[in-house]
Amino acid sequence: MSDMTTAVCGRTYGDFAQRDTALHPPAYTPDYKTSVLRSPRNALISTLNTLSERTGPVFRADELGPLDNDLILNFAQDGLPIGERIVVHGYVRDEFGRPVPHALVEVWQANAGGRYRHRNDKYLAPVDPNFGGCGRMLTDENGYYVYRTIKPGPYPWRNRINDWRPSHIHYSLSGDGWAQRLVTQMYFEGDPLIAQCPIIKTLPSEEQVRGLIALPDPGHNIALDSRCYRFDITLRGRRMTHFEPTMQGGKS
Amino acid sequence: MNRISLVPTVPFGPVRLPETASQTGGPYVHIGLAPKQAGFDIFENNFGHVLATAHTRGQPIAIEGRVFDGSGTLVRDVLVEIWQANADGKYAHPGDARDLPIDPSFRGWGRAGADFETGVFRFETIKPGSVPAADGVPQAPHVCLLLLARGINVGLHTRLYFGDEEEANRRDPVLNGIEWAVRRQTLIAQRSERNGEGAAVYSLDIRLQDTPDGGRETVFFDI
Repeated sequence: MSDMTTAVCGRTYGDFAQRDTALHPPAYTPDYKTSVLRSPRNALISTLNTLSERTGPVFRADELGPLDNDLILNFAQDGLPIGERIVVHGYVRDEFGRPVPHALVEVWQANAGGRYRHRNDKYLAPVDPNFGGCGRMLTDENGYYVYRTIKPGPYPWRNRINDWRPSHIHYSLSGDGWAQRLVTQMYFEGDPLIAQCPIIKTLPSEEQVRGLIALPDPGHNIALDSRCYRFDITLRGRRMTHFEPTMQGGKS
Repeated sequence: MNRISLVPTVPFGPVRLPETASQTGGPYVHIGLAPKQAGFDIFENNFGHVLATAHTRGQPIAIEGRVFDGSGTLVRDVLVEIWQANADGKYAHPGDARDLPIDPSFRGWGRAGADFETGVFRFETIKPGSVPAADGVPQAPHVCLLLLARGINVGLHTRLYFGDEEEANRRDPVLNGIEWAVRRQTLIAQRSERNGEGAAVYSLDIRLQDTPDGGRETVFFDI
């Protein structure tokens, strides 16, 4: 068996297709001011995948609690959180269209007033005593995930003095290999703040912005209870490798 | 009669979909990934910085580090994740099909936020064994790191190598793939022993850019 493609129980564990860095923000994006001193000045060093990058942490369903994907109830004390009740769901697949099963999906967000439950957030809007603002789940065999929450509010932040973040939910995805890891943010269709946001403006194209905007999915609304949004995510593609690279090839 | 499946791997759609774009983890990354550090207790089971138990095979070690920005200021809001092989050089993932023992007490993954005061992140783990590169050449023992923080638009990947593995480091194909030999040193953690602490401590300072004190920008990888 080739070392580059390891087939186990019908699944393949080849290397990952080279990341198309043009689909992502550059490191240095001066209109998002914090990036200026936190962006490497040297080019990233490109490496061939080794086992270290083709593999990654494996998570089990029994590590998560039954309410971990229910942000409406997972921090409720003596009442329910304030705000618009929503369900968010979608599929995680790779660049070649294959589902990414058993991936750890972690989400975090501000409450309906735009305030985070974080010791460093000093915004005027109050903390909601019944809302924590984080949740997590594993994708199923088909790469499907679902959670319930409160729609987060927009908030001002110190970039320019009147910059506002649109409503957004942060996402972290483990994928199925270290090289497949992705951290991103989901926005909501129709939010007028999207067009103004310096962090969204770090993105290289309209198409990539569009890929971060969840669409209303009224067909899956819960009647008289919650609206539904659909948000699909594409991770790095796991390759079927038929030919191994020749190590001596390539010029610098 | 045998039937040949003609169902293609990708039934519909384009050959290659665009990867979803990365965005910064932001200043409150701890809420989602380390809620106790954000200041509240919500999950029964928390992922954290302790990778090894008393049962884990191998040499117990601690990894400590700090992250500096281009002004030389500590990045105190950084969140670091690590991924490593076990003491036998085996990854706890089905993609590592080599005939080596899995250690049931060792996942090989952890995460730690830098301390909001000191800026220090810390992991308690074991020293990993050697893992081969794509062509079978052994890699020096190493730990993969991912940095997430406000101002970092795409999570930064780097590696930690061990300062007391000089011979293995000299032969490591990834280190040797860094054209500028002077930059390789940015990935080498230095070993120290501390009184009262059983495990050796490996320390690595990471610089997002060159710093005014003459520190060199750490090598980051496009993996």
